[in-house]
Amino acid sequence: MQWETVIGLEIHAQLATKSKIFSGASTAYGADANTQACAVDLALPGTLPVLNEQAVRFAVKFGLAIGAHIAPYSVFARKNYFYPDLPKGYQTSQFDKPIVGLGELDIVVDGKVKTIGVTRAHLEEDAGKSLHEDYQGMTGVDLNRAGTPLLEIVSEPDMRSAAEAIAYVKKLHTLVQYLGICDGNMQEGSFRCDVNVSVRPMGQEEFGTRAEIKNLNSFRFIEKAVAHEVERQIDVIESGGSVAQETRLYDANKDETRSMRSKEEANDYRYFPCPDLLPVEITAELLDEMQRELPELPEAKNQRFQTQYKLNGYDADVLTTQRAMADYYEAAVKSSGGETKLVANWVMGELSAGLNKENLAIEAAPVSAERLGGLVKRIADQTISGKIAKQVLELMWSSDDNADTVIEREGLKQISDTGALEKMIDELMAQNMLQVKQYRAGKTKMIGFFVGQLMKQTQGKANPQELNKLLQEKLKG
Amino acid sequence: MSIQSEDVLKIAHLARLGIEEGQVESYASDLSNIMKLVEQMNEVDTSGIEPMAHPLDQSQRLRADVVSETNQREELQKNAPEIEDGLFLVPRVID
Repeated sequence: MQWETVIGLEIHAQLATKSKIFSGASTAYGADANTQACAVDLALPGTLPVLNEQAVRFAVKFGLAIGAHIAPYSVFARKNYFYPDLPKGYQTSQFDKPIVGLGELDIVVDGKVKTIGVTRAHLEEDAGKSLHEDYQGMTGVDLNRAGTPLLEIVSEPDMRSAAEAIAYVKKLHTLVQYLGICDGNMQEGSFRCDVNVSVRPMGQEEFGTRAEIKNLNSFRFIEKAVAHEVERQIDVIESGGSVAQETRLYDANKDETRSMRSKEEANDYRYFPCPDLLPVEITAELLDEMQRELPELPEAKNQRFQTQYKLNGYDADVLTTQRAMADYYEAAVKSSGGETKLVANWVMGELSAGLNKENLAIEAAPVSAERLGGLVKRIADQTISGKIAKQVLELMWSSDDNADTVIEREGLKQISDTGALEKMIDELMAQNMLQVKQYRAGKTKMIGFFVGQLMKQTQGKANPQELNKLLQEKLKG
Repeated sequence: MSIQSEDVLKIAHLARLGIEEGQVESYASDLSNIMKLVEQMNEVDTSGIEPMAHPLDQSQRLRADVVSETNQREELQKNAPEIEDGLFLVPRVID
């Protein structure tokens, strides 16, 4: 039988606020356990939540960016369950009146555009962390993360393959970083993904029973987990069983999903409006202000890069995936004197390779955009060749010197002086008459020998175009 | 709508409340009476009235995004029955 995969996603994006959603404790990552958990986060008796303005503004910005309806009044609700990393015994979340309503995002898979519905996005608080390593047979609880603001972004079940799911996640990942509302760090859990997967016979209208897979903290894991889960569900159904509605955990080491808890019993959250918080009002003034603050969004930037800089679609895609990369590129083009294609090649090539090697983000690039632009300028005006430029970049990487300083100091200036090159060629030919004869007898590949010798003599500084032209003329005789 | 004994036990379990067996009946009856009161209120015609999310007809005041809390772990953990390496220790939970 032919099966169709149906996927919906829930993304939890930690909002990049300085303080928590309901308290003045810091949200900085990596602090010592419980040093950023204040009385409100610990749910000590008598404490009350006060909503963080920035979290609200970030949620509104997101809503505007996906063309969603922003609720003039949204309501916080209590989601009740017991777990040690949730001190209040309920998570303050939103239920029937979320701040962001129906919106949409376009994804591109295999060159085809598809619109994915975003059902809603709501504000809520993150829970703490439980550490199950052995603390005398007990569980350790760190509540630093408790109360970190989250935007939970829920999609419609609109995706039909792992590739579509990945495209959607990547799109959102790029968008929240462009908006500056989430740092997107998946390793640190700032951007987490739960995937709802079901299968149904091709052509069937009704959805199959879905399983929710949690704990997916990389694009690769999402792809693998979906592939594995689809196969598992088809196996279950084809061998006469039925898929249970449950939460499954993806185990990256074993590359499999396993049952976590059955949803039927556990899922009785008894939501009710939180009496400690009043409805959140979004005024027309705030909407206007957020609209004005919206940066150029990824798609618009991509289009502009193709028209303004004459880049092809691939280059524009790569350069606009991260806002920081796009900013770097534009600054480098400016200081290169408008070498749009050459700068693109250097940013995507040598620079990215160097960053990958040292596992650095572009924000931490040892060579600034201005300095890279300065280097590219010297390639463009033929002061140095591309090959020598790699050498210069290496020297710039480990110092604060700009390209001109390095070229001057190391004497790397290209030899384009026709007279000087001709003299060297004449001498070399006189010393290697045999090779000259061979060339003239039709063995034109012999030109490589002369290029090699001359490059060696000039330590690679001979202008390659000039050298080739002169050699061809002279060897012809 | 009347609340049965099994409803009482389920609600108590979800709220992690211990209830003596002998008290289940009286809770069921008390809760049923509350539900009756609610049903009585339901008889009032509220069509065309926007439901309120909060008894106060106001909107939420917001706080500026400023870190105002300092590390008070030592004070705050004085209540904790067991701690280690700055962590609160609780009976082992495995998901």
